Amino acid sequence: MVSKIQVQNLRTWYGEKQVHHGISFHVEPNEIFGIIGPAQSGKTTLLRAINRTFEFTAGTRQEGVISVDGEDVKRVRDVYELRRKIGMVAPLPVGLPLSIYDNVAFAPRSAGMRNKGELDELVERCLTQAALWDEVKDRLDSLGTKLSGGQQQRLTIARALSHQPEILCLDEFSIAIDPVTTMRIEDVLKVLKKDMTIILVTNLVQQARRLAARTMFLWNGEIIECDKTEVIFGGKPADKRTHDYVNGIFG
Amino acid sequence: MTMHAEASPTPVPFVVNDAVRRKMKHEKIAKGIFATMIVLMLLPLIGILGYLVSQGAPLISWDFLTTNPAKGMTQGGIWSALLGTIWLVIVSLCISAPMGVMAAVYLNEYARDNWFTRIVNLAVVNLAGVPSIVHALFGMGAFVLFFDMGRGILAASLTLAVMTMPVVITSTREALGAVPMSFREACWNVGATKWQTIWKIVLPNSISGILTGVILEISRKAGETVPIMFTGAVFFKKIQEGDFFAYGLNDQCMALSMHLYTVTTQVNGAPRELPFAVATVLIVSIILINSTAIATRAWLRSRKKW
Ligand SMILES: Nc1ncnc2c1ncn2[C@@H]1O[C@H](COP(=O)(O)OP(=O)(O)OP(=O)(O)O)[C@@H](O)[C@H]1O
Ligand SMILES: [Mg+2]
Repeated sequence: MVSKIQVQNLRTWYGEKQVHHGISFHVEPNEIFGIIGPAQSGKTTLLRAINRTFEFTAGTRQEGVISVDGEDVKRVRDVYELRRKIGMVAPLPVGLPLSIYDNVAFAPRSAGMRNKGELDELVERCLTQAALWDEVKDRLDSLGTKLSGGQQQRLTIARALSHQPEILCLDEFSIAIDPVTTMRIEDVLKVLKKDMTIILVTNLVQQARRLAARTMFLWNGEIIECDKTEVIFGGKPADKRTHDYVNGIFG
Repeated sequence: MTMHAEASPTPVPFVVNDAVRRKMKHEKIAKGIFATMIVLMLLPLIGILGYLVSQGAPLISWDFLTTNPAKGMTQGGIWSALLGTIWLVIVSLCISAPMGVMAAVYLNEYARDNWFTRIVNLAVVNLAGVPSIVHALFGMGAFVLFFDMGRGILAASLTLAVMTMPVVITSTREALGAVPMSFREACWNVGATKWQTIWKIVLPNSISGILTGVILEISRKAGETVPIMFTGAVFFKKIQEGDFFAYGLNDQCMALSMHLYTVTTQVNGAPRELPFAVATVLIVSIILINSTAIATRAWLRSRKKW
């Protein structure tokens, strides 16, 4: 079986500053793959390299191969198709300056979907999956930017689901969300796993423990350890740094 | 309750000692100085405007605006100059606004940061500071002579367009830059192209700034004298009164700014109020145009979406 995502010997730079020092790993289809690691370790950069938005930053450079469904992302003909295949939830909530409805309908419309009925149905499903539907169903016309921070974050999740991705990348999605809603979204993720592959970058190591099948510990642009979550969080990870980090005695 | 009160430390009242008083006095003095500066700056402005209008207004009438100058420009109105300025502004705006805005969109949204972009940026910044006489000579060399357009509204408008383009580019870039980067990234993340992002998110949310820049540019164009003097404006010309289309694209024309110069320095025997009246018309039109800009911006700002 071919891996959903395969990263081989990835090195990245912002100008002179190197972020990743040759990392290799793979993500299986329909698994939740956790990535943990302290600030600055290159988690966000990794996700941006996968959907090729990394190249929008001036002065960046990368080596190594990232393949999605066996195809080198640098060689895909239609990069927009690649980005639609990947749902990306950035750490800071971004409501686009459009109505709530248009926020979610933006991606499908950009991809050419025009049918009102289909759009309505899609918007409702995505907002429901992001645990936001009940709060906004009566005011879909109001501005997405005027929602609260936590609501905007869930709007971002709805938007990431709106183009029906095969891979969902969540970058510290729960930063702005209260614990109860976080739990609701975590439950949704467990269901979504049937349909898609999920990469979960998180600062809450317990979140990775709850959700991920396998977890990777990234540190200063290097993989310290990547293994089954039970191993990482169990008594005996291979590297002592992993043990220290997940138990909160790092630094 | 009592227990709580006993446990808390005695509250310290606000003290007003000399140090505090001195601080407040300095604050007052600073504010006073800056306010005085504003008044000093406004006084001459109001003085000039008031003097101009009080001297010129009696001469201004509907007839004054709609009849050609007569009797060696000592009598009659300003129709041919007014219409000339209007057409110069319209034609040159039709050139510089779309080109400037598109150039700014390219530079801000598409261009990567490389040597070419840097040279273009440098050129834009420096062009904005080139004296208008240089633009005038360039316009004459390029449009009138090299492209053989002859002196006329088209050549003069092109010269004005080249001259004000850097300003449009700069103001448009500022407006585009005010749209947060995170909006663009959110769009790219869901597979939108740059164009879709620009069209659906960036332009709708920067249009107020772009429009303001463009409108302010009008007043600059209307006020210029030297560039059009070399490329298409004439001292005197009679045209059909009351016909908005009295000028053809390649006709030479009169213009308010130049007319003001003429009646002030070149004409003998004109009434003393005439230059004031011409200046008043020019300045009041510019103030009106600029107020539209401010009103437009205020209106669009009130609909700001974040
Ligand atoms: N746009 C940028 N320009 C320059 N350097 C950057 C940029 N973005 C990130 N970096 C640098 O790249 C390194 C990795 O950053 P990255 O955002 O990938 O870390 P992270 O693991 O996501 O951290 P966090 O947990 O704080 O989100 C950091 O040292 C950071 O300073
Ligand atoms: Mg990050």
